[in-house]
Amino acid sequence: MAETKQVLHMQDITMQFGGVVAVNNLTLDVNEGEIIALIGPNGAGKTTAFNCVTGIYEPTYGQVQFYGETILSGMPSGKMRKAYAGDAELKQIPTVRNSPDVITKKGIARTFQNIRLFGQLTVFDNVLIAKHMRARQNVFSAVLRLNHAEEKRMREETTELLAEQNLLHLKDEIASSLPYGLQRRLEIARALATEPKLLLLDEPAAGMNPQETQELTDFIRQIRDSYKLTIFMIEHHMDLVMQISDRIYVLDFGKLIAHGVPEEIQSNQRVIDAYLGVSDDAEN
Amino acid sequence: MKKHTISKNILCSLIALIAIIALLAFLQTNKSEYSYQISILERAAIYAVVAVSMNLLTGFTGLFSLGQAGFMAIGAYTVAILTIPVENRASVYYVSGISPVIENLECPFWLALILAGLLAAAVAALIGIPVLRLKSDYLAIATLGFSEIIRAVIAAPQLDRITNGSYGLKNIPGFPNLYVAFGLCALCILLMVLLINSSYGRVFKALREDEIAAQAMGLNLFRYKELAFVASSFFTGIGGGLLAMFMRSIDSKTFQISLTYDILLIVVLGGIGSVTGSVVGSFLVTAGREWLRFFDEPLTVAGINIPLFRSGFRMVIFSILLMVVVLFYSRGIMGSNEFSWDGLGRLIRGIPAKLSGKGRKQKGGNP
Repeated sequence: MAETKQVLHMQDITMQFGGVVAVNNLTLDVNEGEIIALIGPNGAGKTTAFNCVTGIYEPTYGQVQFYGETILSGMPSGKMRKAYAGDAELKQIPTVRNSPDVITKKGIARTFQNIRLFGQLTVFDNVLIAKHMRARQNVFSAVLRLNHAEEKRMREETTELLAEQNLLHLKDEIASSLPYGLQRRLEIARALATEPKLLLLDEPAAGMNPQETQELTDFIRQIRDSYKLTIFMIEHHMDLVMQISDRIYVLDFGKLIAHGVPEEIQSNQRVIDAYLGVSDDAEN
Repeated sequence: MKKHTISKNILCSLIALIAIIALLAFLQTNKSEYSYQISILERAAIYAVVAVSMNLLTGFTGLFSLGQAGFMAIGAYTVAILTIPVENRASVYYVSGISPVIENLECPFWLALILAGLLAAAVAALIGIPVLRLKSDYLAIATLGFSEIIRAVIAAPQLDRITNGSYGLKNIPGFPNLYVAFGLCALCILLMVLLINSSYGRVFKALREDEIAAQAMGLNLFRYKELAFVASSFFTGIGGGLLAMFMRSIDSKTFQISLTYDILLIVVLGGIGSVTGSVVGSFLVTAGREWLRFFDEPLTVAGINIPLFRSGFRMVIFSILLMVVVLFYSRGIMGSNEFSWDGLGRLIRGIPAKLSGKGRKQKGGNP
């Protein structure tokens, strides 16, 4: 294989809410086929950074590139021009805005920290809805059932995907009635149904016991290989992170304090001070 | 085993369909004798169309809109203006005269109905752009205001030569026969059911469940909200047109807020998120009003005239009944479930145990 492709590139990303700089001058790269973890103590700005990639927030300053294309970029404007308190030096960059649905269409799918399933719908419908985005039907062909072939294909693909994720026996269950672990798994399955190239997982192991976490580790590797994905995740379980990640980025108070392979992070004094050193006490 | 139950259900539906057609044929041949019953059934069927279209928006997409009366008014006036026979127009517009633009404009009722729907949909598309950015109660208030604006515009003296202002429009041709009236209502409801059960219907439900997650699935929130709003308004407009054909004469007072509340009541009573619930609710509410007429008559028990029984008391009883229903069946008659023969079978088998009158309500809605 030649050079590895850069999937995601965040340049100088700064997200400021009022006077609070939640993410401060974050620059990071995710390459094709990698599993990258973003870690940091609670409130470090990890989820905010995710929201800057998926378009839920527009970054105050900085650019997000996906396969070389700028999908989001921001400049402080209006009141923010005066209030701007980030560390990044402002350079004039064009503003690019995309709503979350456009970004999903480009191939970035995500899961949520506090699971967001379509609670009252069945497991099958949850995944089937994700297939709608790439369908070619229009509302008239759908009402008059002229899209029969496409609908059938969508249903077959959904069945296939659920079978691969070992969820097929639950297809008629109401999503909110599933146990927590399965809801997480369904959320990942639903994200995969959008046919992403990059998958963002926001604390996939939250609330899982050690055994479930171990299963999740294998599961993430397996989906990366079988769906040819690149994975970028936020996680608190250090065993999972150290086992699975190719590289780790560490955030503290919105700033990047370390970056490297798991061994480097484990022995990095700043990280230990900020996070690992107190995490055992803090988490229990 | 499974195949057996499916064919049994199809058989049941066929029998029900034949029964309905037979009933229609019977009513059609004895039209003059049963005109009162026919008018109740027709009104109920038309309200059912509007109730299902409101449910499409409120129950399935999670957008609480109170603009129904406004869209119905647009539909009704479109149909009225386009179908009143040209030779009768001078007598309709006897006060201010008729605008030359519409003087000789006449088209068959089916075309007028489609145009009514399209015009309502076009107006919905326009006002949807600002209004659909609002959420829940705010959306309801905005659409309510819109509905009043439409009514005020229709009654405005400047439009006298088109809408005939506060005199209203009369001599609107009615339905040629009962089959057309009920067939059109059934067709509208069928189309909405097909929409709800299509991929787009699933998207609507996804929006209702979680907008952020729906967006993360690549669904453009505004686009699908607008689609639901336009589709709902299209059928509401047709419903308004059907109402004009049913009433034969309309004026702007027909489309007051209370009309929207009537529809809302049907939707809530039938079950938010249930098409069959809306249909059943529509027949129950419309028929219920008439059944309770008994309370409007003076009543004398053992020589004493009971003072409560006088005209208007019926609506008090009706409102109390509604409160009871909403308090004890807060999810409506059907909840968010749809009618099925298996469900009806379970219900009937459950009746002897409960010894209550719940089963009757179900049957009341079947025609």
